[in-house]
Amino acid sequence: MVLVDDHRMFRAGVQAEIGRTESTGVDVVGEAGDVEQAVSVITATRPEVVLLDVHLPGGGGVEVLRRSASMMSGADSPVRFLALSVSDAAEDVIGVIRGGARGYVTKTITGADLVDAIFRVSDGDAVFSPRLAGFVLDAFASTDAPPVDEDLDRLTQREREVLRLIARGYAYKEVAKQLFISVKTVESHVSAVLRKLQLSNRHELTRWAAARRLV
Amino acid sequence: MTPASSTASAAHGASGGPPPADDPASPPPLRKLYRSAEGRMLGGVARGLAGHLGLPVSWVRIVFVALVVTHGLGVLLYAGFWFVVPLGTGGVDATRKTGPAPRPGPRLAATGEGVTGEGDRGHRGTGGSGRGGTGKARLRVRKPDKGQLFAVLALLVCAGVLAENLQFGQINTYLWPVLLIGLGVVLVWRQADDARRSHWAAVSRRRGLLPIARSAAGVVLVAAGVSGIVLVQGSARYLGPVLQAALAVLVGVALLAGPYLVRMMQDLSEERLMRIRAQERAEVAAHVHDSVLHTLTLIQRNADDAREVARLARAQERELRNWLYKPQGDGKDENEKPRTLAEAVKATAAEVEDHHGVPIEVVCVGDCPLDERLDAQIQAAREAMVNAAKYGGEGGAVQVFAEVEGRTVFVSVRDRGPGFDLDSVPGDRMGVRESVIGRMQRHGGTARLRSSPGEGTEVELEMERAAQS
Repeated sequence: MVLVDDHRMFRAGVQAEIGRTESTGVDVVGEAGDVEQAVSVITATRPEVVLLDVHLPGGGGVEVLRRSASMMSGADSPVRFLALSVSDAAEDVIGVIRGGARGYVTKTITGADLVDAIFRVSDGDAVFSPRLAGFVLDAFASTDAPPVDEDLDRLTQREREVLRLIARGYAYKEVAKQLFISVKTVESHVSAVLRKLQLSNRHELTRWAAARRLV
Repeated sequence: MTPASSTASAAHGASGGPPPADDPASPPPLRKLYRSAEGRMLGGVARGLAGHLGLPVSWVRIVFVALVVTHGLGVLLYAGFWFVVPLGTGGVDATRKTGPAPRPGPRLAATGEGVTGEGDRGHRGTGGSGRGGTGKARLRVRKPDKGQLFAVLALLVCAGVLAENLQFGQINTYLWPVLLIGLGVVLVWRQADDARRSHWAAVSRRRGLLPIARSAAGVVLVAAGVSGIVLVQGSARYLGPVLQAALAVLVGVALLAGPYLVRMMQDLSEERLMRIRAQERAEVAAHVHDSVLHTLTLIQRNADDAREVARLARAQERELRNWLYKPQGDGKDENEKPRTLAEAVKATAAEVEDHHGVPIEVVCVGDCPLDERLDAQIQAAREAMVNAAKYGGEGGAVQVFAEVEGRTVFVSVRDRGPGFDLDSVPGDRMGVRESVIGRMQRHGGTARLRSSPGEGTEVELEMERAAQS
């Protein structure tokens, strides 16, 4: 994977924590400190996962996502992005998710959880932190307005339940146990939510986003 | 005069006003005369004077009107005050009526001060473009008062008219032109005053038609009046050529001085921008110094105590986030009473976190105003958080989730501690039974507690809120 963050200290910290390939299974093949570097490193190494800081000099994580868009959908070995940030501000989080990141974790995450999240993303699943689940629930909050596209603009009851449990701090495994479904089903629900989040142009979502100065 | 000192004087003018006179022991402070921006009829002169002298406004107004009757002296005085005395806030209010009666000495000094202040403003008047009211007292910049020029003009005209009246008594011929001029001047001044006041109050200025129309009407009236006087003096034949010549001179002056003026204006506004930036930078630096540096020092001092270090770091992180991401957050209002559910949950979590040194992560979905029942729910949640922090804090952060959905408010508190067997808890243990479950039931809500050894504990609190809003 490639590590993109503008703080050298943080990169060193993550490298030390998860970079020992033999124990964690994660192989850090490149690092970058700004948008230019990131794009060139990603293009050169074609990693499975990019750990992407939301705040970067030269346009931020969103810019990296925009310029790497072609690699994300590549058929043979798509590059997947996991956003990482200290900010926790709604506009940053939803911004990178809509930009194409497969998940979002905060920098306070423990090493083990981060490794877990990286593998999950590399398998094509979505990674939702409790905070992100809360934002998504907020954005899709039920209103009376009729949805424009029934498929994309509304979360199913089950998806809401899953998100709610994630927001409450449940791990996927615990969510599965609580709802009497398999972990795989939980993962597919979360991926569906992610897809809706990225594709929906439901007007509540855009209004919600506009209220927080994104889009 | 440097811009810095002009700001200082402006700030003094804006924030000043006579200090409260409730301390008779200290020597009477130098009271400055201001025109009142509130509740005024024309320029706020009478109101300001009344506030200064400690008299009812109506008395002052009556005196002015009486003076108008005697050869228009009142108008002259009023115009003089309007021109010389800076606009301030306040004027007559209950607290200031009790002030000591002013003595002639201080009052003269005060008026003199007003004159110098005005001089400052006249100088600044050539420059400022009137942008950048940032709402901070120190940065308030007055709008250049274009009325000043007219003021001088009108004062001269009025004085001339007065002198002529006294000598020849030809009131009738000049009455209408003078009235026209006076009306126009009043309009323009009032407009300039309003512009300045709105600038002070940092009200978003409406660039509507009305202000422009008012100014234009004033100018037209003055022009008509002056033309009228010229006409009356019998030189109607030359009016056209004279006006043309005057116009030509004005255009010529504008052409000559224009580039210079524009340049000066740009320089001044640039300088002001730099000053604002410097001030903002200083503010950020002060905040960082007050909070972050102090916390770092504390952390170094407590380096052996991991729990304390974590607590300090969390508290600082919270404050910094608050400061950075709140719309106009000053980051220092954590003591303020929260008004909505999300704020209350966050504040409670912060409190517990501070007290027990266990990180608490809060996720809120939706929000609603607080009511009595929700207060009870918050109290119950607080108790649950305290328990979670005390007994389940080793397992990692405590997760708090609050959701408002329709009328239902749901709060859950989850820890990853060792958990416990519900049946093994003795019945007389107050904590969970009374303060969490009992409290919720008393207020018409429900509480569920889920725990098993090894899997942490979760408390769910559900409450119907009182009214839809």
